Amino acid sequence: MQERDDDFSLCVEECEIAVTVNGNRYERSVPVRLLLSDFLRHELHLTGTHVGCEHGVCGCCTVLFNGEATRSCLMFAVQADGMAITTIEGMAGVNSELHPIQQAFREKHGLQCGFCTPGIIMTVHAMLHEHPDPTEDEIRHELSGNICRCTGYQNIVEAVKLAAERLRAPQMEVE
Amino acid sequence: MIPSLLLEETYLEGSAIMKPPRFHYCSPRILDEALTLLDQYGEDIKVLAGGQSFVPLLNMRLAAPAYIVDINHISELHYFETEDGYLAIGAIARQRQIERSLLVQEKHPLLIEAIKHIGHMQIRNRGTVVGSIAHADPAAELPALLTCLNGEVLAQSMHGERVIKAEEFFTGYLTTSLEAGEMLTEVRFPWISPQAGWSFIEFARRSGDYALVGAMAVLTPALDDTCMSANIAYLGVAGSPMRAHGVEKILVGTKLDAQTLEDAAGAARDIVSDDMQDVHATVEYRRELASEMTRRVLKQAWERRERQEGAQ
Repeated sequence: MQERDDDFSLCVEECEIAVTVNGNRYERSVPVRLLLSDFLRHELHLTGTHVGCEHGVCGCCTVLFNGEATRSCLMFAVQADGMAITTIEGMAGVNSELHPIQQAFREKHGLQCGFCTPGIIMTVHAMLHEHPDPTEDEIRHELSGNICRCTGYQNIVEAVKLAAERLRAPQMEVE
Repeated sequence: MIPSLLLEETYLEGSAIMKPPRFHYCSPRILDEALTLLDQYGEDIKVLAGGQSFVPLLNMRLAAPAYIVDINHISELHYFETEDGYLAIGAIARQRQIERSLLVQEKHPLLIEAIKHIGHMQIRNRGTVVGSIAHADPAAELPALLTCLNGEVLAQSMHGERVIKAEEFFTGYLTTSLEAGEMLTEVRFPWISPQAGWSFIEFARRSGDYALVGAMAVLTPALDDTCMSANIAYLGVAGSPMRAHGVEKILVGTKLDAQTLEDAAGAARDIVSDDMQDVHATVEYRRELASEMTRRVLKQAWERRERQEGAQ
């Protein structure tokens, strides 16, 4: 983590930050009240992270912050200094091949308008990393922090099951 | 014409208007530096920990402090430790860390149960236990649990420190007895006796929402298998989390027979304050909920007790 050498008592309104997003390092000067979600969208032009309620209820802005699913609308960009963030843009492979979770959502029609999808994909990524073999109840519970108003969740749950199955498969071969 | 307010607040080539109000920000690395700032700016400064309640208040401009001290980099506050009598949790231990801890799962299952009811996984990843206590939402899980267990908090300032009992700490809606210049650095959740049974139940319209009403109970049996002590508290029933001393008195010395349960459930109705009326529920409905939750937590807690040897 990068150490800042400012005097602690120097309370600032603007701050230099260095953030790693999807493996790329960005250095910017930002107002301290700039939300992380707005930083991603307006400064880095990574508009895949969506913004819905902006008070932590809808889940659209979920990103991985040092690997943990986090609401980017409830953090300031300045707090991401020295940290690693993954957004929906970081999910596909180098040749734009879809991540297995994205592929499963596509095949199972796990979206309609797609507004909530980036946040859901990031949540599912964190969920499957921690629980590779979730039950349907566990999937529904973990998805409760992401609001989808189109699908009724049925196909989202199906997509998560398919993604979990595929992500588990290589590990089983190794064992 | 674009209002001048918008022009003033426009950022980065007119692309983003920032929701939070202006503030000065500082993120010190050691506690003494944070306490110095709190002392210097008094009422004008707020502490930012997990930010899961505070940042929404900023985004909605319900809070507009001139200064914010971000304590997330103060590593000396990043701990939880077992002490004689209680689990001590430092100011930036995340709710999720406690939830995942095998030690806490084994030694304080009631705390784990309460934490699992907080918001959603994404909120708990960032939210802190101490922050939830400091925010003092009367519908939140942890302030009610701390009240139930008769826990304590540690407040520190440049001029010393003091330990405050939960019931003296929560003084009203989002209000605590913390004074300007003080920071909540630790929360202490008392252990529950191994013989005690416990239960935590809440009723929310949607998963992860603040509950309309929640109840929690810890019942400790005596050698003759009567109820030796009872700790019962509620969330969402008044301006502060409420311990129900009246309900507890009904239970102590009894064997929690059907009549005692009904008496307790009836007494629980009184815990709901007359002004707990909003679009989500009427006072009468909340009283019904408090009453029914009481029946359920008492039954479950009593079933979970460990009977003493020789008990009939």
